[in-house]
Amino acid sequence: MTATAALTGGFANAPVDAAHAFRAIMTVMARPGEIRSVTQATPPAPLSVAAGTLILTLCDPETGLHLAGACDTPAVREWVAFHTGAPIVAPADAVFAVGSWADLSPVSQFPIGTPEYPDRSASLIVECNALTASGAVLEGPGIRDTAHLSLPETAAFAANHALYPLGLDFFFTAGDQVAALPRSTAVREG
Amino acid sequence: MSLMDDYNFAYLDEQTKRMIRRAILKGLAVPGYQVPFASREMPMPYGWGTGGVQVSAATLTPDDTLKVIDQGADDTTNAVSIRKFFERTAGVATTEETTEASIIQTRHRIPEVDLTEDQVLVYQVPIPEPLRFLEPRETETRKMHSLEEYGLMHVKLYEDISRHGNISTAFAYPVMVNDRYVMDPSPIPKFDNPKMEMAAIQLFGAGREQRIYAVPPWTKVVSLDFEDYPFEASKADHSCELCGSDSSYLDEVILDDAGNRMFVCSDTDYCRSRREAGHQGRLAGETV
Repeated sequence: MTATAALTGGFANAPVDAAHAFRAIMTVMARPGEIRSVTQATPPAPLSVAAGTLILTLCDPETGLHLAGACDTPAVREWVAFHTGAPIVAPADAVFAVGSWADLSPVSQFPIGTPEYPDRSASLIVECNALTASGAVLEGPGIRDTAHLSLPETAAFAANHALYPLGLDFFFTAGDQVAALPRSTAVREG
Repeated sequence: MSLMDDYNFAYLDEQTKRMIRRAILKGLAVPGYQVPFASREMPMPYGWGTGGVQVSAATLTPDDTLKVIDQGADDTTNAVSIRKFFERTAGVATTEETTEASIIQTRHRIPEVDLTEDQVLVYQVPIPEPLRFLEPRETETRKMHSLEEYGLMHVKLYEDISRHGNISTAFAYPVMVNDRYVMDPSPIPKFDNPKMEMAAIQLFGAGREQRIYAVPPWTKVVSLDFEDYPFEASKADHSCELCGSDSSYLDEVILDDAGNRMFVCSDTDYCRSRREAGHQGRLAGETV
């Protein structure tokens, strides 16, 4: 890696790119199971375009970011530091975390909020190989009847939903695709 | 240099927008829960929709078409100034037609036309806490929400019935969201409450009180009531005297000192499009 690699791959036009990315992110969070494309960032490997765009859109010096397992490389740390200034933290202090499902597990290490402030919980960005509207059955707010999403497993997400209104919120990323699963969604095997 | 070059897109700086965006996402993840946020000073007074403006600013993209309504009307001071504010600071297209808009910022109404999946409805909220007039302490209301302790609200509705013979709350009628949080739907008439289970994303911003909350599409929203006093979405028992609609929410307009009055649609776009389609009410065409 060259000394300047960390300086590239950010938003070309920050306010406009972030606005477009956020609308896609907000839409997938409001409609669990829906898959959208976000292409605004070019992060260093192994981060996907979608995970990089999520980090640039939502992270800043006020949000601790946990880099799990294979994502914790010097190149990723430098890129995150230059573009967002987000501190890299341990799971227990994370507002955001990014990594593969295996690297993020067990997810019980992340904060789930408090009864009076359930918003003080972590949002996890789960890197996947592919996202499809198939597999686990989703029900809850944002879904008219049922939706389907290729989750890495169902038991952990059903357990997370059982904590409602506490719990973690998940983004799933693959390439430039993003989907979301808030804690309000009930999950069962498809 | 155009006006737009003088401002960051949509007025707010990027760090502020990120903070608001994170609050919106948590609000969507826990429907009806009021997420605290660091509300900014806006170039308009509190009470003029500073919360809604901040939520709209964090949600807008340059491709959006914005509609702003105040009590259903596109042409009142509050609506006109907010529309102009975003025309100048975000350069977005604006419209008065509900069906043309992708983001609708509203003060105290839900449009008569059903909203679609591609639309976002942003409410301006004065007092986000439904329990505030029953319990003034924030520490206590926060605890009541965390324990799902909403008995006080039912006592309030019961006292309405024992005093007035019915639930007299006509606007800001409390709702239960996703079977968990009691939420203030902002001061919309209770006529609008049943529309809240809709296809569009609903975001609520309270600037002075520094709270953001949200209702995702098709979320269960139930107006609180009793088995023997069921909720009723009431409106004035008239039809619009300009367009003849008997299903829209009506404003009562006093015409003179002799007590004459007329009822007209509160949703000006709905009323105008009906009149353009040839519908006529009792006073259509008259100069009043």
